[in-house]
Amino acid sequence: MEKQSIDQLKQICSQVRRDCLRMVHAVQSGHPGAALGLTEYFVALYFNEMTHDSKFKMDGKGEDMFFLSNGHVSALWYSVLARSGYFSTEELETFRKLNSRLQGHPATHEGLPGIRIASGSLGQGLSVAIGVAQAKKIDEDDKLVYVMMGDGEQQEGQIWEAGMYAAHHKVDNLIAAIDYNGQQIDGPTLKVMDLKNLKAKWEAFGWDVIEVKKGNDIESVVNGLAKARGLTGKGKPVMILLYTEMGYGVDFMVGTHKWHGVAPSDAELENALGQLEETLGDY
Amino acid sequence: MEKTLDLKYTYTDKKDTRSGFGDGLLEAGRNNPNVVGLCADLIGSLKMGAFQKEFPERFFQVGIAEANMIGLAAGMAIGGKIPFTGTFANFSTGRVYDQIRQSVAYSDKNVKICASHAGLTLGEDGATHQILEDVGMMRMLPHMTVINPCDYNQTKAATLALVDHVGPAYLRFGRPVWPIFTPADQKFEIGKAWKMIEGKDVTIFATGHLVWEAVVAEAMLREEGIYAEVINIHTIKPFDEAAVLASIAKTGCAVSAEEHQINGGLGDSIAQSLARNNPAPLEYIGVLDSFGESGTPTQLLEKYGLNAENIVKAAKKAIARK
Ligand SMILES: Cc1ncc(C[n+]2csc(CCOP(=O)(O)OP(=O)(O)O)c2C)c(N)n1
Ligand SMILES: [Mg+2]
Repeated sequence: MEKQSIDQLKQICSQVRRDCLRMVHAVQSGHPGAALGLTEYFVALYFNEMTHDSKFKMDGKGEDMFFLSNGHVSALWYSVLARSGYFSTEELETFRKLNSRLQGHPATHEGLPGIRIASGSLGQGLSVAIGVAQAKKIDEDDKLVYVMMGDGEQQEGQIWEAGMYAAHHKVDNLIAAIDYNGQQIDGPTLKVMDLKNLKAKWEAFGWDVIEVKKGNDIESVVNGLAKARGLTGKGKPVMILLYTEMGYGVDFMVGTHKWHGVAPSDAELENALGQLEETLGDY
Repeated sequence: MEKTLDLKYTYTDKKDTRSGFGDGLLEAGRNNPNVVGLCADLIGSLKMGAFQKEFPERFFQVGIAEANMIGLAAGMAIGGKIPFTGTFANFSTGRVYDQIRQSVAYSDKNVKICASHAGLTLGEDGATHQILEDVGMMRMLPHMTVINPCDYNQTKAATLALVDHVGPAYLRFGRPVWPIFTPADQKFEIGKAWKMIEGKDVTIFATGHLVWEAVVAEAMLREEGIYAEVINIHTIKPFDEAAVLASIAKTGCAVSAEEHQINGGLGDSIAQSLARNNPAPLEYIGVLDSFGESGTPTQLLEKYGLNAENIVKAAKKAIARK
């Protein structure tokens, strides 16, 4: 896929946000909060940063590969995959419905192009991504592996097992990112289970850590990804602390855990869509 | 369809079984100062908010760290507390199996593992969350009591009964609103099957949400002149073998009905018992060695063959095999 300009990326973001909201609204279930918060990151990855082919190959040889550990962000991933040609945008209509390939949480079971492993049970994606990155090294494939995790998800012990391993084994073809929105299901991470200094923790584990303070500003995200790429190949895994706002782009959803897993009503959807331009045509 | 049937049990209200747990836990906390609650970032989903609010000093938010939660609970049990842990059924069992095995079951700790969103009926979240193997896993563990109540009232009663029961226990309940058809004042006897409807031609052994489907199936069968006995197996372990064998001695064949894999669950408990004591035809209603998927609870129960219509078919098949 050709790299899109900043203006084009902005247009895609608006459309992707519309898709996410319409998908979640249609079945009155799903997770709009983090989907809206991570839109810039996903769009930057798929439409600007990664070398990838929408004629999907499971092994991803010769391509950059993305993994989603916080699988509840599925609506966003499906929209971005459809908009970048992995499957038709019409299929977005089937999200979370019976007999769909677009399962509530990503699944390989139904063969949806773009998905390489199931996620939904938190804490497992980093280990998988490290394994993929090591397979690439064995094959002398110089492309990168990306993985996204939640900040609440950092509370799972497996993540730290994986973190220790990746540094020890110098898995330096890996760019992990944490959706640093400060929210999880029961409230702000600060109240539920304080993550304390995540940057210092990952550095102490032997990772190169960069902060992208404006994770909902497409230019900052594109620049952050370029910077992260520049740090690969130097003997350390790379972590992006991506500061985002849950629910970004819709005034009444922004900055609160309340929209972690709740669907908008008809009136709320209308209000939200009024704030997001239809740039590429609704599915 | 339900409305025109002559049902032996009826309902005026529907509620989720997880609310039965939440309300039971609150009452348990009032009755017994040793009751403590732990939850892994799912207070709302587990309905533990009222307990947290009333007993903040006895409630512990663990964050998204289920393995840690099981260990903490085992430790609190050593200190004489009665811990009730709360998370989804998948993260209550599969994710923490070894922690439960070593620190709770093998070490015989008085921990109550309380698990919501079990089975297909959690709906749209799909297979990653729809655990259908938990009863099997928990039932295999020595020392473990396994309970799967059928409605709001029974779940509340089971939660209260667990306070006085000493030893490891797994309490399984669900997300959807469901008919409340058992009495509010019921006494919950752990390990004692409940014969809900007397019959003579076939016995339907059901657990959890599917007890309601069994009640509906019984009425459908009766319209065709078939008299089914309905037995509510709310406790899968310890297994009430005497009740099962007594019913089979009368009816001569059975259907098991559970929102679980056919491997390892209620059906297998019955099969084991029949094979050893009194071989008789048994038809299984359960998920046939597959994962679930996204959909509404009603759609999923239909697609995976777990509703009353399927119980009726299975009953006829069992009778024909006598
Ligand atoms: C192992 C596991 N435990 C619990 C859950 C339930 N759950 C789903 S999302 C979530 C909160 C995740 O927080 P975070 O990673 O910060 O994601 P955000 O809410 O910001 O989208 C929880 C507890 C789960 N999916 N997996
Ligand atoms: Mg978060």
